[in-house]
Amino acid sequence: MGSAAHAAHDHHDHPTGLKRWLFSTNHKDIGTMYLIFAMIGGLVGGILSIGMRLELQEPGMQIFSNPHMFNVFVTAHGIIMVFFMVMPATMGGFGNWFVPLMIGAPDMAFPRMNNISFWLLPVAFVLLILSLFVEGPPGMNGIGGGWTLYPPLATTGQPGPAMDFGILSMHIAGASSILGAINFITTIFNMRAPGMTLHKMPLFAWAVLVTAFLLLLSLPVFAGAITMMLTDRNFGTTFFTASGGGDPLLYQHLFWFFAHPEVYILILPGFGIVSHIVSTFSRKPIFGYLGMAYAMVAIGLVGFIVWAHHMYTTGINVNTQAYFVFATMVIAVPTGVKIFSWIATMWGGSIEFRLPMIWAIGFIFLFTVGGVTGVMLANAGVDRALHDTYYVVAHFHYVLSLGAVFSIFAGYYYWFPKMTGYMYSEFWGRLHFWLSFVGANVLFFPQHFLGLAGMPRRYADYPDGFAFWNAISSYGSYITALGTICFFIGIFVALARKQRVGENPWGVGATTLEWTLPSPPPFHQYETLPKIEATKHH
Amino acid sequence: MIRRMLGSLGAAVMLALAAAVLFGDAALAGMGQPTDGQLGMQEAASPIAQQIHQFHDMVNFIIIAIAVFVLILMIYVLFRFNAKANPNPSRTTHNTLLEVAWTVIPIMVLVYIALPSFRLLRAQYNFPPADLTIKATAYQWYWNHEYLPKAKDGKAFNFDSVMLTDEEIKEQKAAGLPAPRNLAVDNEVVVPVNKNVHVLVTAGDVLHNWTIPSFGSKVDAVPGRINTTWFKATKTGVFYGQCSELCGKDHAFMPIAVRVVDDGTFSEWSAAMAARDKNKAREILKRVALEQAGKKTKDVADARQ
Repeated sequence: MGSAAHAAHDHHDHPTGLKRWLFSTNHKDIGTMYLIFAMIGGLVGGILSIGMRLELQEPGMQIFSNPHMFNVFVTAHGIIMVFFMVMPATMGGFGNWFVPLMIGAPDMAFPRMNNISFWLLPVAFVLLILSLFVEGPPGMNGIGGGWTLYPPLATTGQPGPAMDFGILSMHIAGASSILGAINFITTIFNMRAPGMTLHKMPLFAWAVLVTAFLLLLSLPVFAGAITMMLTDRNFGTTFFTASGGGDPLLYQHLFWFFAHPEVYILILPGFGIVSHIVSTFSRKPIFGYLGMAYAMVAIGLVGFIVWAHHMYTTGINVNTQAYFVFATMVIAVPTGVKIFSWIATMWGGSIEFRLPMIWAIGFIFLFTVGGVTGVMLANAGVDRALHDTYYVVAHFHYVLSLGAVFSIFAGYYYWFPKMTGYMYSEFWGRLHFWLSFVGANVLFFPQHFLGLAGMPRRYADYPDGFAFWNAISSYGSYITALGTICFFIGIFVALARKQRVGENPWGVGATTLEWTLPSPPPFHQYETLPKIEATKHH
Repeated sequence: MIRRMLGSLGAAVMLALAAAVLFGDAALAGMGQPTDGQLGMQEAASPIAQQIHQFHDMVNFIIIAIAVFVLILMIYVLFRFNAKANPNPSRTTHNTLLEVAWTVIPIMVLVYIALPSFRLLRAQYNFPPADLTIKATAYQWYWNHEYLPKAKDGKAFNFDSVMLTDEEIKEQKAAGLPAPRNLAVDNEVVVPVNKNVHVLVTAGDVLHNWTIPSFGSKVDAVPGRINTTWFKATKTGVFYGQCSELCGKDHAFMPIAVRVVDDGTFSEWSAAMAARDKNKAREILKRVALEQAGKKTKDVADARQ
């Protein structure tokens, strides 16, 4: 490239205003937009969940005049938290911000595709929100089929256009994620700084790489399944309709072939984030780096062959169930390797209890609790009792709401000084942590008891024998909501206070490349590519 | 700060230990329905449910032990290796023996869990010859139960089971019959005690799920498919379950109620049903329900009123 062309390029270097954000091709700006989007998604999804807990605080119907509207809240809460909160935060937000910084790349491989990846997402979100206001089942608005969208409830059970809005929303959100995944894979494979081999790559980049492959391989299957649903609904096909020779179970197989990898998509980037935080604040390199990286690869691979553990009660063959029991339990092994490696990283370290570290420690223990109940549920024999009860709700909220979300907040406080150039508010951050930690445990731990006692999930009302723990659970959700308010207050306090930080506020423990750049990093970083010395190894 | 954090972790240990002690306490659990504040499963009333309980208690012990072990490790690390106690971090990043151990030991624990797990799974699918076969068909939002005749010349009969409304519950209670809200139905499924009952489950519209927690039975109702479960009720009384697959608006309001009676009463009732003498059948059931209600200590849901 000639110097004249380069100069011309520099001229358009730093667009401002609407142009900067709407047409953005800058990975950091796009990452910021993803994070703001995730906050909005989380706020909407959180408000929906508070609505549900208000209803469930006491037996009987109090808040919702129509139980269908409760189901609509359940459905929207699930879809929003998965597609419009966790995924945009971990992959879109932190992935975009820090994968290029960590691997020493100037930007993502396909900056313009990065732009469309992001802007598809608000469109998908608007479509989903619109579905709340159009007819679903006859005479009622919204999708009330759960985030799993099982037919026939999602086909003949809800003939109105709400479901079609939902399908289109999922298609667009899926396309957005597939484009993002292609971008990450290309970036990580081709744009690492000289000397950075895959085996020297930071674990967060590993996590994003594995996650991107999971997205790329699983989302097309989901797109196929909901396309079949769309034609079943509108064009007279009968893929999932028994009376026409189809089978509702086909959808469940296709859905879970996507949705089981999806739950690892939600948690794997969190594994990466927590690894860096634990290493940074223990002032020690990660213990068993290769084992950590390949444990994530193993979790990703095995994640594709365990899907029918969501379907033990659907009537699948007993030998098939036995296989899925076995395969599912295998996942506990690489997950255990990760937990123990984090503890081994801390072992012998010099641990500083900074805010991100507190979140990461909370994550490790609570994820362990969610993980071991997963071992319980993996067994088809006992899942016969626990399937579709609150035990399952407790399990996946421990791994996602207390796992993935804690890792997101850990990453947020870890990288906030890097992203903004300002220190976060220690007071509000700590209050946020303690309210979230106490609240979420009060919220979700009693749900184990409800599930064991047999309370089915997705219930707008329940027998009086479930009243006590439901009330406790609701109180927990209000405490968590207070924590979330502290989170938002903390943002404003930090941005208003403008307490500047240098390149590396964390000291010698923070060894990845983003800490070599100013805070916030320049609009275009690495004009000269960093070199990774051959001697430096993990 | 560290003290605060450790304090809360300590509280979590206490909670886990308390849970370990209390989980298996069957005395707290109600019979056939949930008891407010209970920590464990509903009382088992079939061999399969008993095996589920045993297996659950075993795995529960293991997973609590693992969680507590991880917690203790973490507490130790946070005390021993915080910046004050250990200002100079080590650079250790490998320990082959340790890494092999934390791979192999979990595998052994999983194998230890898997063996009884497969045994339980086999037992659930090892159908003994049926003494009675009932076909349960789910609709939005009620169940139809059809009794299939055992002999060729026998008569089939069927009835819908619909949840009682608040007014109907009041009437039941006025008549001295316990009727827990959201669980009681107008026509209960009646089965003989200590007999093998096969349940064929299907659906007429969308997915549903037929379950009785006390029997350890839970199976999806799928349009176009017939799924099967079986149970042998070992106690008389009434046992409730609730639709366990999201089926739309009134998903929470289509419970299942199974009344377990002695052989004689069952023959009497089924003869009346087969003869289409619904009034007689209802009288028989009312009599049994009153008897069984008297034997029970106290209806839990009633006690709350």
